[in-house]
Amino acid sequence: MAQPNRVPFDHDAVLALAKYYRFQWEPVQDCHVLLYPEGQVQLRGGAGEIMKRVDGARSLNAIVADLQATFPDAPDLRADVVDFLEVAHGNGWIRPQTV
Amino acid sequence: MEMAGSVPKPSNPMWLLAEITYKCPLHCVFCYNPIDYTRYGPELDTDGWLKVLREGRELGCTQLGFSGGEPLMRDDLEILIAEARRLGYYSNLITSGIGLTEKRIAAFKEAGLDHIQLSFQDSTREMNDWLSSTKTFELKKRVAELIQKYDYPMVLNCVLHRHNIDHVEQILEMAEQLGAEYVELANTQYYAWAFENKEQLLPSRDQLQRAEAVTNRFRERVGAAMKVYFVVPDYHADRPKACMNGWGSLFITVTSDGVVLPCHEARMLPGLTFPNVREHDMRWIWYDSPAFNAYRGDAWMQEPCRTCPEKEKDFGGCRCQAFMLTGDATNADPVCELSPFHHVVTAAVEKADRPTLAPDVKPIVFRDDRNSRLLSAKTKDPAGVA
Repeated sequence: MAQPNRVPFDHDAVLALAKYYRFQWEPVQDCHVLLYPEGQVQLRGGAGEIMKRVDGARSLNAIVADLQATFPDAPDLRADVVDFLEVAHGNGWIRPQTV
Repeated sequence: MEMAGSVPKPSNPMWLLAEITYKCPLHCVFCYNPIDYTRYGPELDTDGWLKVLREGRELGCTQLGFSGGEPLMRDDLEILIAEARRLGYYSNLITSGIGLTEKRIAAFKEAGLDHIQLSFQDSTREMNDWLSSTKTFELKKRVAELIQKYDYPMVLNCVLHRHNIDHVEQILEMAEQLGAEYVELANTQYYAWAFENKEQLLPSRDQLQRAEAVTNRFRERVGAAMKVYFVVPDYHADRPKACMNGWGSLFITVTSDGVVLPCHEARMLPGLTFPNVREHDMRWIWYDSPAFNAYRGDAWMQEPCRTCPEKEKDFGGCRCQAFMLTGDATNADPVCELSPFHHVVTAAVEKADRPTLAPDVKPIVFRDDRNSRLLSAKTKDPAGVA
């Protein structure tokens, strides 16, 4: 496996799925998936919860706040969210909207 | 770790290929449609295809390919696309572009089609017309413009062979002018019509190396602006491809008349009865039908595959290729240099290495109804024909 390609971005930028990508729940696979031309990525557990919030309205900061509110018993989630979304950005799955 | 001889429980299919019609306005000499398509039963009607889409989705397929023939020949494609979107498929249209008007592409977009792959024969009009026997080149340019206008990624597929592989540079430059984001230069795979025309189409090693060098130079020049995939013909390899990622493992194909296959060529294989969606549901077909279980696992394998450490990686290659080149589908794919039949493949490559075609090479056969009827005489009775 190649090293995940991490690309940082502005944590206040609104995040949207990249063009041609679709995110949905797959009951047969029992996880969320990201679909794109002729392929898919499985996003299990936390990855799915994060991607669910990439909706063209929220920034990384807003996503962290929302996750902490939804899972009040969880420890500080920021580092995990940054890890995942920087890889997602590096893979071309999401695009930060510059204002 | 699977025990030798066991048939593992398969996972769900991910890819549904819907060959909704075998009608096609083109006559490509490398077509992978079955050579005896003219004797298959009637096409599934709209309700038949809607049932296929529903059952495929329930099985877990996420990727859907609308293919053919030319899928645009079906005027209910808009209905099928809309249902595919509603069910949650990521839908791909695999087309020559003939019949793609602005009205239709607008309707496809509205219905939720996700992706279009446009096939492209060659960049020079003469070669293009010769290869597809019809004047399609100007049309492809127009279609490429429509694809961009309706905000689809520009994905071109060009099948390479002996007669066009020396034009790779022009093909890539044309793709660049059309704004292509992805280009697949797919060397012909020798099945069906391409198998009939193998000696005409197989490129020499020199041609192949030149084409790869040209492709690499082009990649360096355009960088990330265009992704170019170069698929080497497996006759030039020494290990077989992991065909379909294993029999009945990820892919499920439904043919125009409703017969269900683990790959689009498998219908040629003797001794198997492939089920039809008119008589069975897709769940039974995928998990329980004898045909889909025939080459799962490794119980069917012979030596050298049976004890080969690479069998988990390539599954012994392609059953259809093994059958076509050795007469027995349970043999190793003779592309493998460990196969006792590998000389069949190397002999074909050696013949292709001659600068001109040998005098005994038979004339090229175009894919059309008349030739299909002629060739039907030498194929087995098609499965599932009422």
